[in-house]
Amino acid sequence: MPLSMVRPGQRVRIAEIRGGRGLIGKFTHMGFYPGVEIEVISNRPGPLIVSRGGVKLGLGYGMANRILVSLIP
Amino acid sequence: MKGKAEMNVEKKMKKTMIALAGNPNSGKTTVFNSMTGGRQHVGNWPGVTVEKKEGMFTHDTHEITVVDLPGIYSLTAYSIDERIARDFLLREKPNAVVVVIDASNLERNLYLVTQLLELGSNVILDLNMMDMVKSKGVDIDTLKLSAVLGVPVIETVAHKGEGIELLKQAIIEISVEKADSFRIDYDQDIEDQIETLQNAVTLPGYPSRWVAIKLLEGDAEILKRVKDSNAESVILESQAKLERHLDYDLETALVERRYAFLSGLVKESTRKILDLMDRLDISDRIDRILVNRYLGIPIFLAMMWLVFQLVFTLGAPLADGIDSFMVWFGEAVSSGITGMKGPQWLSSLLSDGIIGGVGSVLVFLPNIMLLFLAIAILEASGYMARGAFVTDRFMHALGLHGKSFIPMLLGFGCNIPGIMATRTLESEKDRILTILVNPLMSCSARLPIYVLFAGAFFSRNQGLVIFSLYLMGIVLAIVVARIFKGVFFKGEVAPLIMELPPYRLPTIKGVLIHMWERSSLFLRKAGTIIFLGVVLIWFLASLPLGAEYASEQSVIGKLGLLFAPLLKPAGFGSWQAGVALLFGVLAKEVVVGTLGTLYGVQEAGLTSVIQTQFTALSAYAFMVMALVYIPCIAAIATIKRETNWKWTGLAVGYSLVLGWGLAVLIYQIGALFMALK
Repeated sequence: MPLSMVRPGQRVRIAEIRGGRGLIGKFTHMGFYPGVEIEVISNRPGPLIVSRGGVKLGLGYGMANRILVSLIP
Repeated sequence: MKGKAEMNVEKKMKKTMIALAGNPNSGKTTVFNSMTGGRQHVGNWPGVTVEKKEGMFTHDTHEITVVDLPGIYSLTAYSIDERIARDFLLREKPNAVVVVIDASNLERNLYLVTQLLELGSNVILDLNMMDMVKSKGVDIDTLKLSAVLGVPVIETVAHKGEGIELLKQAIIEISVEKADSFRIDYDQDIEDQIETLQNAVTLPGYPSRWVAIKLLEGDAEILKRVKDSNAESVILESQAKLERHLDYDLETALVERRYAFLSGLVKESTRKILDLMDRLDISDRIDRILVNRYLGIPIFLAMMWLVFQLVFTLGAPLADGIDSFMVWFGEAVSSGITGMKGPQWLSSLLSDGIIGGVGSVLVFLPNIMLLFLAIAILEASGYMARGAFVTDRFMHALGLHGKSFIPMLLGFGCNIPGIMATRTLESEKDRILTILVNPLMSCSARLPIYVLFAGAFFSRNQGLVIFSLYLMGIVLAIVVARIFKGVFFKGEVAPLIMELPPYRLPTIKGVLIHMWERSSLFLRKAGTIIFLGVVLIWFLASLPLGAEYASEQSVIGKLGLLFAPLLKPAGFGSWQAGVALLFGVLAKEVVVGTLGTLYGVQEAGLTSVIQTQFTALSAYAFMVMALVYIPCIAAIATIKRETNWKWTGLAVGYSLVLGWGLAVLIYQIGALFMALK
């Protein structure tokens, strides 16, 4: 499911990132790549904030739809 | 003799150059400031408009130059900042690189360190913000970190100056003796291909292992440098071989190995004393409120309201003070020259031209400094990044980017720093679009025009009329952005990815330094472009010889007459209005002062004169014209520096046409309604 659908407080694992090379590259080098577990701190209709080990990233409208994730129960 | 003495000093002082690297928000600037104090120099990196800061300090017999690299997360070539840092390290070969690390966020911050070590840099690790780490109940084993990475590790709390002397000592030591080499072991499969590539490809000046890794990652710039077709086939073969083994692309695989190594390293070298990490981080809790779905936008608007209150309420008395001083100073100089029997023209040039002109600009200094102070506080506290997010959706609707919000906000103070702040936008399209519409944000220089005209004609609704102009600027920016987007910048807005730094209490020193850096840009403008501009105007207003200063017979008066017919359809076809607008191109601040000079009255008398020269309708049309018609010359120069002549031409052209068109439209439609009544 796209990251944009995930509820706040939920933990998810990144499955796939769709987008241009530059975009994926930037995201990847910041520690967000397929296989990594992240937590959704806030989401719709407010901004989407995810965190991974204390690093918090805000993702703009548009970016969140390109990241596919699977829920971690 | 003198030469000999200098040689002696040089012999004694050993010169060293080091670079300062680190993630954004790692406190790098604070480390830089406390290391170098006031001995700093700001310039540009060659070929780009990113600022390059250099500082100096001396320690024992060493003279050390510190080059502050842009804040970066890695050494890829995806952004200008990262490319600059990389090129600098490869070409200039600094004696050492101090990497400033937010110690409360080890893993991600160490990622950059692995990249630097792979590049073969002589690294010193500066674990900054150690106070935060300790308050979180975490213990970092610096000896272990140092041993595994093979680099010296220094703990600092830069905003209190703690550990800076130790850091300086470490810099001296490492520049004498190089640290051990370090490598991350990728998997055997990857290592095999690295070796193959190392043997097949060489790039002079670049470490071979690093080149091989970058080629596997598909680094566009390094690939371009390795044009040799023979090597290219080897590269493609290596990449293909590896990708067959892996589930996903090679770049991700390499990144994953680095993070895997770091996650192990962090686990081994940190120990939680208390179980404080698990509790909800205080920043998270603040975020739940500040970017809350219902509260986010109201809080944001309240913040902005506060900023403007601070700027205008506090700024007004200070501005009045500067104004009175300038008037006094002008008169004093003028009477001084007359007293010394100096020529009349000199007195006029100094008091009417230079002091009057530059003074009218300096009046805005308090407003501008306060705005930059507010912005520096918002930035340092961490709220600014949230603001970009709260407004992202709205900005997207305009075809702009969440990060466009900061430049637009700055534009209300002065468009020049606004235009310069677009440098944070990664996408060139978004950046140019934001620059093009920035002048529509009504800068503080345009306010006196509104105050004068709205006061003269709309005294009962003055506030509302002025507000309508600010709003009109915003609406026009939206419309223009949409149109330009469709015509010149088709395609999607680059998605926003932005780190949200933890909330922090800003330090006074840091905030002040930041404010000064931006304000001094404005001062420099007053000292250069505006200075030259007012001298030019003075000449045009004084020539030909014998003509009364700024009268209809002067060159500038004739120019005004030339333009007057063009402005007639907008309701202000007098030569004085034409001249005022012409002068306004130099700086919008000048418009009111020019009208004063031309009508031969002080500012106090201006209101009554204007009431006879304009109608309420033509006054409004004039204000709209003043809002839109052309960016001031300093803004034009800034646009040129940040883009090229083509976009500068467009910015000037569209605003001129739009401003004139709107003024005419408002006047004509208004006149029609008046006639119907």
